[in-house]
Amino acid sequence: MMNSISSPHLHGGNRSQKIMLLVIAAAMPGLLTQLYWFGYGTLLNLMWAIVLGLLLEAGVLLLRQRPLGFFLTDGSVIVTALLLALALPPMAPWWLVSTATLFAVVFAKHLYGGLGNNPFNPAMAGYAICLIAFPASMTIWTSPYAYLDLADQWLWFWTEQGQLDAITQATPLDAIKHLQGNTVDEMWAANPDIVAYGDAMFWVNIAYLIGGIAMLLLKLFTWHAPVAMLASLAAMAVLFGAGEPDLYASAGNHLFLGATMLGAFFIITDPVSSATSRQGKLIFGAGIGILIYVIRTWGNYPDAVAFAVLLMNLAAPLIDQYTRPKAYGQQP
Amino acid sequence: MQAASRKLLKDGLWQNNPALVQLLGLCPLLAVTNNVVNALGLGLVTSLVLVAANALVSLTRNRVNSDVRLPTFVMIIAALVTIAELLMQAFTYELYQILGIFIPLIVTNCAILGRAEAYACKNPVAPAILDGLAMGVGFSLVLVLLGAMREILGQGTLFADMHLLFGEAARNWTLTLIGDYRGFLFAILPPGAFIGMGLLIAAKNLADSHIAKRQQDTTTSTKESRRIRVTGTIT
Repeated sequence: MMNSISSPHLHGGNRSQKIMLLVIAAAMPGLLTQLYWFGYGTLLNLMWAIVLGLLLEAGVLLLRQRPLGFFLTDGSVIVTALLLALALPPMAPWWLVSTATLFAVVFAKHLYGGLGNNPFNPAMAGYAICLIAFPASMTIWTSPYAYLDLADQWLWFWTEQGQLDAITQATPLDAIKHLQGNTVDEMWAANPDIVAYGDAMFWVNIAYLIGGIAMLLLKLFTWHAPVAMLASLAAMAVLFGAGEPDLYASAGNHLFLGATMLGAFFIITDPVSSATSRQGKLIFGAGIGILIYVIRTWGNYPDAVAFAVLLMNLAAPLIDQYTRPKAYGQQP
Repeated sequence: MQAASRKLLKDGLWQNNPALVQLLGLCPLLAVTNNVVNALGLGLVTSLVLVAANALVSLTRNRVNSDVRLPTFVMIIAALVTIAELLMQAFTYELYQILGIFIPLIVTNCAILGRAEAYACKNPVAPAILDGLAMGVGFSLVLVLLGAMREILGQGTLFADMHLLFGEAARNWTLTLIGDYRGFLFAILPPGAFIGMGLLIAAKNLADSHIAKRQQDTTTSTKESRRIRVTGTIT
């Protein structure tokens, strides 16, 4: 934080298009791992979200009389669609993906003025609205390995016909939340399917971590926000789990279950809706980590990344106000 | 007189609509408009109170000292709301229970106090009543429109439970617009109300800009000012 960040600046030559392409590439390990464990649903989500997202973007751009070619090829819609597809459950039917995409692209992004002006992360806004509107459909997750083949998944995506009971289950975070009198260890011992699910989520999170570190090395973002978020989440888990480790998820569980790594490296690093200065990013990330722990542990929803990110998006302008870096020579 | 009444109507329904332009009474507006019957119920009660309050304030305007006018307005409005509340308990008890706290809260509806202060206490009874009516209908129209939007999106029906307001004959007025609809909970919840309200204001501003464009060559430009918490432009 001691580095001088005042002028003169050297332009890095990164255009939005290039950054977006690199983000998409970095998400590929995560996407493939998710496909490997949870089936083709995410792929169908992704295809439909991209197609619909581009159509909606083109429609809004026409209405707003903005140049089509320039904004459609900047890749931001594809990144939004990708994040949505990764966050939505694999068994999401078409209307769920459509609602999420509609709210992400039209409401969260363009009604606020388009790319660069949106106070909220579009993908998370779309996700949160679906979670509030369709809680039942948003919490159906397939068991690792036990997913439908492509034809059945296709049928389910468009018509919602198919046998679901055999392939869906509670997620580990959900199970830890509803212990029903057991300790965490007893719950793991009694439910081998949840253990298998936890293992799958672990590898998915590792894949996002790898993609995230790659982006960090390419200097697409600084380390401040992700590290602050992961550290504060782990610190909260240690702090509150210390007294009664039997009843709380461990720090490891919090870091490698749910959408933690996806959130830390792909969502809170969004340059538009996060805080700007390095100090600000530290506060922003730490706030998200604390909120994730609070909502996961005492809230009503199984995972909390979307709500935590949206709440801190709301606080980002205030954080920026108080963490404005001093220009060289400026009086304190 | 004719032109003045027309201006009053135009102001209440469109130009200075209490919900869309003045943004007054937003709390009940956003809270109860999850279907048409709630919206219509609250709209009717609010309009009645608004008309009666304007009439009484206008009648007493020469007797009330301007130092104590606000307490007087509040007492008049509170008395009227109490009457409305008792009437609702007598005739539409179920709806009264559904609307709950938002009926007594009409006392604090800024739209009513606003009209008493801005218009009724400076004008004779007849125009004051007309002003109350125009404002009340304007407010109710927005309520019902928002209620209809949210009911269609949220439940896939229109005019459900109208028997709460119109008696048993209205029980089968329900129109099921989308069969086998699983419901869009978001539209029923408060965030849906805010977004719906935003869309209505946007639609009104869009319509206004089209009208302004059409009239551009015929009208001379007037001096405009903007007020805080006002979405339109007051000329």
